[in-house]
Amino acid sequence: MLILECPYCGIHAEETELHAGGQAHIKRETVGADDAAFEAYLFTRANPRGVHLERWRHVNGCGKWFHAARSTTTLEVFGTYPAQTLTPPDDIRAAITAKHPDWSFEGWQGAT
Amino acid sequence: MSTRLSTGGRLLDKTKQVTFQFNGRRLRGLQGDTLASALLANDQMLMGRSFKYHRPRGVVASGAEEPNGLVNLGRGGTFEPNARVTTTELFDGLTAESQNHWPSLDFDVGVLNNYASRFMPAGFYYKTFMAPAPAWKHLFEPLIRRAAGLGKAPKDRDADRYEHFYAFVDVLVIGGGIAGLQGARAAGQAGAKVMLVEQTAHWGGRAPVDGVEIDGQPADAWVKNTLQQLENMDNVTIRSRTMGAGVYDHGYALAYERLTDHAPAQDIPRHRLWRIRAGQIITATGAIERPLAFAGNDIPGVMLASAVRDYAVNFAVSPGDRTVVVTNNDDAYRTAITLKQAGLEIPVILDARPNGGGALADQARALGVRVENGKAIASVKGGKRVTAVDICAQAGEGSVLETIDCDAVAMSGGWSPVVHLWSHCGGKLLWDEGEAHFRPNPDAAPKGAQGQDFVITAGIASGAMDSAAVLADATQAGKTAAVRMGHIAPDMAAPKADAEEPAPLLPVWKMPQGAGYKLRSKMWLDFQNDVKVSDVQLAAQEGYESVEHTKRYTTIGMATDQGKLSNINGLAILADSLNEAIPAVGTTTFRPPYTPISMGSIGGDASGDLFQPVNQTPLHQWGSDNGAYWEPVGHWRRAYCYQRDGETVEQAVHREVLATRNSLGLLDASTLGKIIVKGPDAGKFLDMMYTNMMSNLKQGKCRYGLMCTENGFLTDDGVVARIDEDTWLCHTTTGGAARIHAHMEEWLQTEWWDWKVYTVNATEQYGQIAVVGPNARAVLEKLGGMDVSKEALGFMEWKEGQIGGFDARVFRISFSGELSFEIAVPASQTRAFWDALHAAGAEFDATAYGTEALHILRAEKGFIMIGDETDGTIIPQDLGLHWALSKKKDDYLGKRAQQRIHMTDPDRWQLVGLETTDGSTLPDGAYAVAEGVNANGQRNTQGRVTSTYHSPTLGKGIAMGLVWNGPERMGEVINFPMLDGTSKTAKIVSPVFYDPEGKKQNV
Repeated sequence: MLILECPYCGIHAEETELHAGGQAHIKRETVGADDAAFEAYLFTRANPRGVHLERWRHVNGCGKWFHAARSTTTLEVFGTYPAQTLTPPDDIRAAITAKHPDWSFEGWQGAT
Repeated sequence: MSTRLSTGGRLLDKTKQVTFQFNGRRLRGLQGDTLASALLANDQMLMGRSFKYHRPRGVVASGAEEPNGLVNLGRGGTFEPNARVTTTELFDGLTAESQNHWPSLDFDVGVLNNYASRFMPAGFYYKTFMAPAPAWKHLFEPLIRRAAGLGKAPKDRDADRYEHFYAFVDVLVIGGGIAGLQGARAAGQAGAKVMLVEQTAHWGGRAPVDGVEIDGQPADAWVKNTLQQLENMDNVTIRSRTMGAGVYDHGYALAYERLTDHAPAQDIPRHRLWRIRAGQIITATGAIERPLAFAGNDIPGVMLASAVRDYAVNFAVSPGDRTVVVTNNDDAYRTAITLKQAGLEIPVILDARPNGGGALADQARALGVRVENGKAIASVKGGKRVTAVDICAQAGEGSVLETIDCDAVAMSGGWSPVVHLWSHCGGKLLWDEGEAHFRPNPDAAPKGAQGQDFVITAGIASGAMDSAAVLADATQAGKTAAVRMGHIAPDMAAPKADAEEPAPLLPVWKMPQGAGYKLRSKMWLDFQNDVKVSDVQLAAQEGYESVEHTKRYTTIGMATDQGKLSNINGLAILADSLNEAIPAVGTTTFRPPYTPISMGSIGGDASGDLFQPVNQTPLHQWGSDNGAYWEPVGHWRRAYCYQRDGETVEQAVHREVLATRNSLGLLDASTLGKIIVKGPDAGKFLDMMYTNMMSNLKQGKCRYGLMCTENGFLTDDGVVARIDEDTWLCHTTTGGAARIHAHMEEWLQTEWWDWKVYTVNATEQYGQIAVVGPNARAVLEKLGGMDVSKEALGFMEWKEGQIGGFDARVFRISFSGELSFEIAVPASQTRAFWDALHAAGAEFDATAYGTEALHILRAEKGFIMIGDETDGTIIPQDLGLHWALSKKKDDYLGKRAQQRIHMTDPDRWQLVGLETTDGSTLPDGAYAVAEGVNANGQRNTQGRVTSTYHSPTLGKGIAMGLVWNGPERMGEVINFPMLDGTSKTAKIVSPVFYDPEGKKQNV
């Protein structure tokens, strides 16, 4: 059972307080998108071994959605940040690359 | 025979006799006995039958690793199957029955499987799945079903209570042996908040049994002193009979406390599940002795050497008068010495090592015990009890050199650290060549949220093999844990104990080394699931090279003991068969719980009324007082109907429908979701949420709206009312309020976060009552206060004001096709308003109606219901709801998905009405068949029933359904086969059965 810090209310919330929302930073495709792009948006998700950026909601708490950067293998959490962003903030990227120098947001996005 | 000794028994109170029953026989034991020790004291070595071959089995171990001694405990509401005799503390009145035999333990018909064993090799179950289907149906399945399962399933409701406790500590220490005690002491003295748990009722682990001296005093005394010190520390919590069950992410751990299993008369919960958050976890979980694989090693009387010693020292029980000891290491000599000193006979110690043992071997010889180096057991003689052993050379193929009479065999294949808890959350293992075991790799510990190590092993669980090393390791573990939690390490030296220098162990995976097939097919690895050396070799030969595959193919390690005795030996045999090194083969995955925990403890007190909170509307009490027949809808209870004296449910429903159609019905609609959406961008937002346009809805007006997911599928519907310039009120389905509110929030927060919109779920702030029927207006006019005339409040309009003195918001909307007003009042006034409506409506025979009447009324009108007409795969276009899909909007959730190829396929089934040709009612979910068969030889289908009722209004069965090309086939008759072989025919009609022009609602 993970513990993640809600970036809104500052609480270190246990997983029972949270709701997992899958991969973060997905661009919405809509009317005008071709079939392949729209299918990828609806159904294709990354499942990396290692660093992942995920959506979580503090559902039994303040109710806010946020993003978490964590390792799916070691369960290390590099940080959490508000969901109202298209890209992870610099301090999160720095925390990840401190442990995984080869990691980049662009690389992660490309793999998805 | 096994019997009670006159000396020993450090855990017994010999002054207190306890009576218990085994298989209906009344037996006596002593206070402090386990069921295992008490049975042995009564010469009951035979305790059960094995799973597959029904071979006679006796107890092998003395603790949680026991594979054989499983019994059904208790009766009725306290019945429990598969209880281990070694971990069941004896109490007065205990009743136990052995398992897996018929008709009796002594004479069992299933043992025929034993003689047929060459026809039931490894992979027997796998292979039967590959057999032709008829063989499976008529031969294998009945056979396996009869043989399946160990104990019986309980039949009665569990009479006991359970609870959860929560704890937050700096350091959790799991295991109350000398390592756990010392680790807890070091961490506690540093000032850390410590919790120490031990699975048994006793502290100190094996050290007192093995005669260890610590700081110059006997282990028992040191344990007592240390425990006293820990009890005196305010920052330390200690719990016995509490097993560390699992270690999970980020320092979460479960511990399982058995409060009353040893003394069931108390009126307190039986088990307690501790949900612990620990900064650091020390696993001082000890080690488990490995059995040796020799022919006949499963015959009752063959036991682990450590268990034999435990029974003698702890419980004053000797498993036999003449015990042969067989070993590959020095530790088993302790057993021989203990038994010899208790006056029992040790005919021989067979040491597989060519050069034999060290100091302990010398001590045994000095006591006059015969010791044979380089020797092994060729096979054990006996059926339900050991009678003799054949001796051979370990290096050979098993030529018998000598036969020695005995009635017990004590075996030791070395010790394996208990690495389960270390491994649960990702701790890695190292293969230790010298000790021939896996031990934790301290450089690959489970990681916490900051990437820090959060599990430390202590004592023999680390691989520290003598007491001096154990205490040094545990002291360091306690200090390290405390320091990691921000405390300063205490100036504490490790207690002193004698270091040992045993002769090296010799890995022995089968005995003798060159045993042929006949011997190998009688060498048991997994006692409970009947897996032998030959089975694992067969698996390897048949290509099951991965250890996980071999496990599933042979079922090794899959029994209730989860391979605590068998896994390492099985791995070694597999590695040998594959010609690989043991660490290259690897281990199977260790999963929690360490030993089985009760289902009750997992549920805690969440059972019965506390299982799930029930939402009640302000009118719930009225319903309870007026014959409400409740049904669960989401977390709510809604009245299905209100039964009057002598009425059946069906009669009540029909009465309610007719009363509403003919005069006046009142519905508790309070459960409908009410979400307020407000802000400058609220209209724009709702245009994305709903398929229809909501931004252009005029103030004072209502509009029925559809919501789809991004997949295009219908997810909810309801009426939206424009409250003011920037406020909308969205009604959702009863079950949908929380879900739709969350759905709105998700899109607002994660996609359109720059839009200025605020949402709130106000469902429970208001009660809502539907006033329905030809006299609906009359009753409201009687209450007075608001002009509800057609002119003042038209269809699909709403107004705020007072009715009969109540603050009310009146929506003129209809889900029944009748003249209808849905009136929201503050929750606190709802009951009074309901009573006022009944009083004023008495002259109109005002009738409360429930959800089933609501369903019939809406089905008569052809209105869809989310969850009936929709099932998560239905788009609005399937239901003829094109009119609700805005063509003015560029986008809404689901719009793009509804353009996908399968969504625009003209072959999708579409909504129609269905009218049986004989007036009967179709069964819900019935399928209409089409000509021909599909690729699987099944009849083709062309439609299915989604809603079906007997309409009291029309006096016949009516239904809605989705039918291929349905709207184009009006008047056509289609065929619905019934389960009983008959069939019904139904005509395709319009789904609107009643008042298609809408005259009744528009008055």
